Amino acid sequence: MITERKSTQKSTRKSTQTGSSLSLRGITKRFGSLLAVDDLSVTIPKGSFFALLGPSGCGKTTTLRMVAGLEEPDSGEIRLSGLDITHTRPHKRPVNTVFQSYALFPHLDIFENVAFGLRRRGHKKVQSAVMDALNLVELPHLARRRPGQLSGGQQQRIALARAIVNQPQVLLLDEPMGALDLKLRRQMQLELKRIQTEVGITFLHVTHDQEEAMTMADTVAVMNRGRIEQLGTPTDLYESPATTFVANFLGQSNLLPGLRAGDLGRDLMVDVHGNKLRVPRSRVRSQDNALLVGVRPEKIRLCATAEFIPENCNRLTGGVVLDVSFAGVSTQYVVRMPWRQDLTVFSQNLGVGERFPAGSTVTVAWEPEHTFGLPRDPIGDGPNHARADSRGS
Amino acid sequence: MSMASVSRLGGPHPSGNRQALPPEKDTRRRSTPYLLLLPGLLWLGAFFALPILTLSGTSTQTRAPGGEVGEFIQTLRLANYWEAFDRYQEHFGRSVLYAGMATLAALLIGYPLAYMIAFRGGRWRNVLLVLVVAPFFCSFILRTYAWRQILADEGTVVRTFKWLHLMPEQASLTATAFAVVCGLTYNFLPFMTLPIYASLERLDHRLLEAGHDLYGGPWTVLRKVTLPLSMPGVVAGTLLTFIPAAGDFVNAGLLGTTRTQMIGNVIESRFIDLNDYPTAACLSFLMMAVILVLVLVYIRRTGTEELV
Repeated sequence: MITERKSTQKSTRKSTQTGSSLSLRGITKRFGSLLAVDDLSVTIPKGSFFALLGPSGCGKTTTLRMVAGLEEPDSGEIRLSGLDITHTRPHKRPVNTVFQSYALFPHLDIFENVAFGLRRRGHKKVQSAVMDALNLVELPHLARRRPGQLSGGQQQRIALARAIVNQPQVLLLDEPMGALDLKLRRQMQLELKRIQTEVGITFLHVTHDQEEAMTMADTVAVMNRGRIEQLGTPTDLYESPATTFVANFLGQSNLLPGLRAGDLGRDLMVDVHGNKLRVPRSRVRSQDNALLVGVRPEKIRLCATAEFIPENCNRLTGGVVLDVSFAGVSTQYVVRMPWRQDLTVFSQNLGVGERFPAGSTVTVAWEPEHTFGLPRDPIGDGPNHARADSRGS
Repeated sequence: MSMASVSRLGGPHPSGNRQALPPEKDTRRRSTPYLLLLPGLLWLGAFFALPILTLSGTSTQTRAPGGEVGEFIQTLRLANYWEAFDRYQEHFGRSVLYAGMATLAALLIGYPLAYMIAFRGGRWRNVLLVLVVAPFFCSFILRTYAWRQILADEGTVVRTFKWLHLMPEQASLTATAFAVVCGLTYNFLPFMTLPIYASLERLDHRLLEAGHDLYGGPWTVLRKVTLPLSMPGVVAGTLLTFIPAAGDFVNAGLLGTTRTQMIGNVIESRFIDLNDYPTAACLSFLMMAVILVLVLVYIRRTGTEELV
C-alpha cells in the first residue's frame, strides 16, 4: 500500500500470516512496591484489531510500553513473529506507537514529523511514502505546517500517519482518542477502523473507554490489577462476562446472590431469595454452590403483577419501582426487590403510556438464555475499586 | 522567542471584551501595564540611557589645547572612532576570539552537565543545581586568582601535562591566552549551564520516547530531538556567556599578559590610568556595536524564534 516493503520484512510478514504475530508470556512488571502487570500472557493474532481495556491503573499502558520497548519487563517474554524482542531496544523493534499526547516534534513540520522514522532507516522514497501516509489520513495539505498550528484531531491523525508510514508489524495505540471531544472521538473511531482494514497492520489499542473498545476491536482483553480478566469478541464479553469485574466494567449488570438448587440438564436451577431462576449451564462460570446470577438491564421486562408471563421465563416478584428516568429511546427504572436490592431495568419506549410510575408494584422477567452465572467474588471488586495508577493510565 | 512574549506582556491587550466595561475601569486597565513598567523604565533611563548619552558626548571630545591631563572640550570629532578602532584592532579581535573560545568551551562543558542534572539528577537535582551556582558565594576576583595557583608552574596541572609530554619542559601556562580562556570559561560556566538546564528540564520526555520509537538510536535522538528542542537554552546560554566575556577585563588582567589584553583592559586603562576619556568612550561604543552585530547574526542563523 504505502510503499514497498523491504524484502526481508516481506518474508517475515508472509511467514507469520498464519501464525501468531505478537505473543506475551508471563510478563510481570513492578514499579517499586506496585505490581503493575502480573504474569500476563496473551497472543495477538496477525492483522487483528486488539484492544486492551481496563480502568486506569490496570497495567494496560505499561503492557503497551513493554511491547514498544519503553519499559522492560521484570520477567516474561515478548515475541514478535516468533522473534524474542523482550530486551530489544525500542529503536530496533518493528513496532510504532501513537502516543496519548501525540508527541509530535514541535521543531519539525508535519512532513518531517512523518518522515522521521523513514529517514532514520534510510528509506529510499521518503517523499512519496510520506505523501501516501498523509493522504491516508486525508491531510496532505498540512505537510508544511507545524504541529502547533494543528487542531487536536489533526494532530491525532498526523501521529497515526507518522507511525503507520513505517509499516510496523504492530501498531500500538495508547489511548489515542483520550484528548478528543466525544463527537470527534466517534468520528475518529470509524476512521481508525477504516485505516486498519486498509493497511492490514496488527493494531494493539489501549483504552479505558469500553464503547471505543467494543466498536473498534475484533478482540478485547479486559484488564484489571495487572491481569487479563477475560478475553473475547466484544459480543462474547458483553453477553457472557466471566467475572463480576467484566460484568460491571462492560456496561451494567444486575447481579443477584443465589444458591444452586437443582440440575435441569441444559440449565441449572438457582435459588435467589426463594425465587427459582434458570441459568444456562454453558454460561455458569463457577463450580461453587454459591453463585451470582447476572442479567443485563436491557434484557429485563417489567410486567404488572397480573400480567401473563410465559412459563419458562425467569421472574422475580414483589419489586417496587423506586425511580423512573425517561431518556428518549428508553426509560431507566430502578426497582427495589423485597430483599432490599435495587435492580436496573432499561425499557425501550415502544408504545405510549405503558410506563410504570414510581411506587407501582411490578414483576421483573427475562429469558433464561440471557442469564449468566458468576463466581461470588470474595474481594467484591468492580471498576470503582480499581487502584489508582501511578503512571497516569 | 522570549522577547516576543515580553513585548506581549508590555502593551495593553489588543482584544478582549473591553466594550462591556465602564469607561473609568477601561482607562485604569489600559494604564496598568505602563504603571508596572514605570520603575523599570526610570531605572533604565537614569542608569543606562543618560550615561549612554553623556558617554556619546565624551566620545567626540578632544584634548583642550594647553589644558591639563584629563581636560577635554567638545569638538564633535567623529574621527576619534576610527582612530580608536584602528589603534586597538588587535584587542577587538582578541576579545571576540577569547570570548568565542570560552563560550564554545563553556558550551561543551555546560551542555553535558545540564543534561546529566536534568535527566539523571533524580532527587539530587536541586543539590547539583546549587553546586553549579555555589562558586558565586565566593568573590569573583578571588576565584580568578585561584586559577593562577591551578595553572602555576609547580601546580599539579602543569606537572601532569609535562609528565605526559603534552607540554614542553620549559613552557608554562600562567600568563598565557590559554589561562585567560580558562578563566573566562570557568567564570561564565553557570550562565551557560542554567539556561540549558531550564530548557532541558521542561523538555517533554514523551518526545524522546517518540524519537526512540521511530527508530532513533540514543545518539540520533540527542542530535535530532533533544538538541534542537533545547536550542532556546543554548542560545540564551551562549549569549549570557559571550556578551560579558567579550567585555571582561578581570581574567585578562589577572591571568594574562600585556599581549593577551582584551578590549576591556584597554577601556579600563584609558579611563582610569590615562584619563583618556574620549578614546575609552569610543571603544565602549565600538564594542557594543561589535557585540550587537554578532548577536543579531547569531540569532538570525540559529532561528530560534520558530520554536514554540
